[in-house]
Amino acid sequence: MSGMKMKKTIRLTLSYIVLVLLAVTAVYPALWVVLGSLRPGKSLYSKTLIPEHFTLDHYKELFTSNTILFGQWYMNTLKIAVCSMLIGVLLTLLTSYAVSRFRFRGRQTALSTILILGMFPGFMSMIAIYLLLKEFHLLDTHLALIIVYAAGAPLGGTFIAKGFLDTIPRTLDEAAKIDGASNMMIFTRIILPLSKPMLTYMALTQFVGPWVDFIFARLVLRTKENWTLAVGLYDMVSSNQNTNFTVFSAGAVLIAIPITVLFMFLQRLLVDGLTSGASKG
Amino acid sequence: MDRHRNKATVLSIISMGLGQIYNCQFIKGILYLLVEAAGIFYFSSTLGRALWGITTLGETARHKVHGKFVNGDHSIYLLVQSLITLIFLAIFILIYVINVRDARKTAAEREKGIPPHNFKRSLRYLMDYKFAQAFLALPAVGILFFTIMPIIFMILLAFTNYSSPDHIPPAKLVDWVGFQTFRDLVALKSWSHTFFGVLIWTIIWAVLSTVTTYFGGLLVALLINQQGIKFKGFWRTILIIPYAIPQLISLLVMRNMFNGQFGPINQYLGYFGLKGLPWLTDPFWAKVTVIVVNMWVGIPVSMILIMGVLTTIPRDMYEAAEVDGATGFQKFRIVTLPMILFSTAPTLIMQFAGNINNFNAIFLLTNGNPVVGDYQYAGATDLLVTWLYKLTLDQNKYNMASAVGIIIFLIIASFSIYNYRRTKSFKEEDMIQ
Repeated sequence: MSGMKMKKTIRLTLSYIVLVLLAVTAVYPALWVVLGSLRPGKSLYSKTLIPEHFTLDHYKELFTSNTILFGQWYMNTLKIAVCSMLIGVLLTLLTSYAVSRFRFRGRQTALSTILILGMFPGFMSMIAIYLLLKEFHLLDTHLALIIVYAAGAPLGGTFIAKGFLDTIPRTLDEAAKIDGASNMMIFTRIILPLSKPMLTYMALTQFVGPWVDFIFARLVLRTKENWTLAVGLYDMVSSNQNTNFTVFSAGAVLIAIPITVLFMFLQRLLVDGLTSGASKG
Repeated sequence: MDRHRNKATVLSIISMGLGQIYNCQFIKGILYLLVEAAGIFYFSSTLGRALWGITTLGETARHKVHGKFVNGDHSIYLLVQSLITLIFLAIFILIYVINVRDARKTAAEREKGIPPHNFKRSLRYLMDYKFAQAFLALPAVGILFFTIMPIIFMILLAFTNYSSPDHIPPAKLVDWVGFQTFRDLVALKSWSHTFFGVLIWTIIWAVLSTVTTYFGGLLVALLINQQGIKFKGFWRTILIIPYAIPQLISLLVMRNMFNGQFGPINQYLGYFGLKGLPWLTDPFWAKVTVIVVNMWVGIPVSMILIMGVLTTIPRDMYEAAEVDGATGFQKFRIVTLPMILFSTAPTLIMQFAGNINNFNAIFLLTNGNPVVGDYQYAGATDLLVTWLYKLTLDQNKYNMASAVGIIIFLIIASFSIYNYRRTKSFKEEDMIQ
């Protein structure tokens, strides 16, 4: 018995050591940015990780500067990310529910199409989308970004969502059908509540995508007032990387916060899958 | 007894909706008639120009009249407009076919004595039996216009000579050139050398980055999920941080950290008396760096995904294994791993494809550099996508970029579909419950 206990202690100790190492690796660059944003001066590099003085000047500069419209960019990005998340999740859910639960003619074709299209270099079609948006007079609008992000969502998310929906027991649907539930009722009363972990995952990725994307945003958004955070920050760091690094760090911290908070808020749902108990209860 | 059937068919061929009206389905008939009217109105003004535009790509470029420039045909806009019209035409024809089939089917039922559905019943039928198709309609429209149409457009471009310096509208026209671009890519040594060099690195990158992040994520997820580990939520939260930081920022930061001259990583190595490495400037080390940094970015994603799957594995499977006396490793091998692989196999393939097109990881970290001397506009870490980007935005070689895109797409797509069809989840997707 003591042998087993010993083994367990060794296993746990080793695991904790690995976890601590991983945690340090995970946190270090983030810490570097946070501390960089609090460091006086503008220089990119310092001898010590922890600065000798702390200052909030860089954060102030973000909102008071005439060239950095940070507040405006923040609201733009939030609007685009939330809208495309809502529409994108809806579209992905519709697609994955249809291919997971129904057997219809053309289903395999639909699946293969989604798979193939998802593999096409996204960048290749960007010039075409640009011309298309120009044709519809949508250039330099946020609507254009929302439409394109949301329309692309099912390609990326359907297979993940389908994989999850496949694990929800069919017996639940069949039981509901016997009780007289329509397809729509099964979808809203059974599938949706059981899909919370997957929905959360989808919502997160759908939110982070537009939040991060700058290649496409930079192509579409022409005026500075319409920029998203990514475009603004990339401009900041690519035009004069060395002189603006601390302000860039401050901006980076403010960008990371909502996503981190959102995740902390949602991760309970994400991991405590409700499906594990569904077929028993 | 086929008087209804043929009459309804002919009427609905003459005009959408007439067959339905003949079948006493008035609301449906009027809806179809409206679609027909809108179609005729739209196509009468656009179809002729679309057909002319897509065959000729314009006939007059911008030219001088009395010393002033007069706008001619813009080949690329013509191509886009023609494509849009033709897609609408395809949709219109599809609706037409559906309309005729619907009228004929309803009439056939009438002959058997079944009364035609009223509008409410029709909707009800749609919800009960065509539910999946109805659900798919909305995403399909989005995909059609923002994915399929651009792809068709780009494929068409590969067969034109749309490239700088001689064929850039509006000053010049673009022409169809057939397979010339593909021939240049394979036969001209300067192009083929770059193409195969970049292709090989792209495949190495995709394999290594997918494998490292997937199994890295699996190991971390299992490590946290072990029995006896305390503060699971805490560890999870800490290890998710790289995922929460936008790649744009973390990769730009990493770019500075790995800087060979003044980056902190080399400074730390210096404290230990080690010589720094040329992380981003040496072709070999630049490749190592992008793989390592990509692990940092990618492992949390796999970790969340696999943790999500772990929660869906029924406890009783483990209990059954325990009753049979399985050890921890056996439980992992027999229960956990197959369940995870089953749920994530398609994702894994998508991740592989995603890594082939992982623009951000390369562009933000190395910009494709260091430059390789005998490459055509490419660097040592350039993937095909970043090469495409350079060819498109920096060099305006649109036709070459499209040709490269098509070739690599064909290779990857056939490989991935073959692989996907072999995975268990495709063959036996109804088996697991």
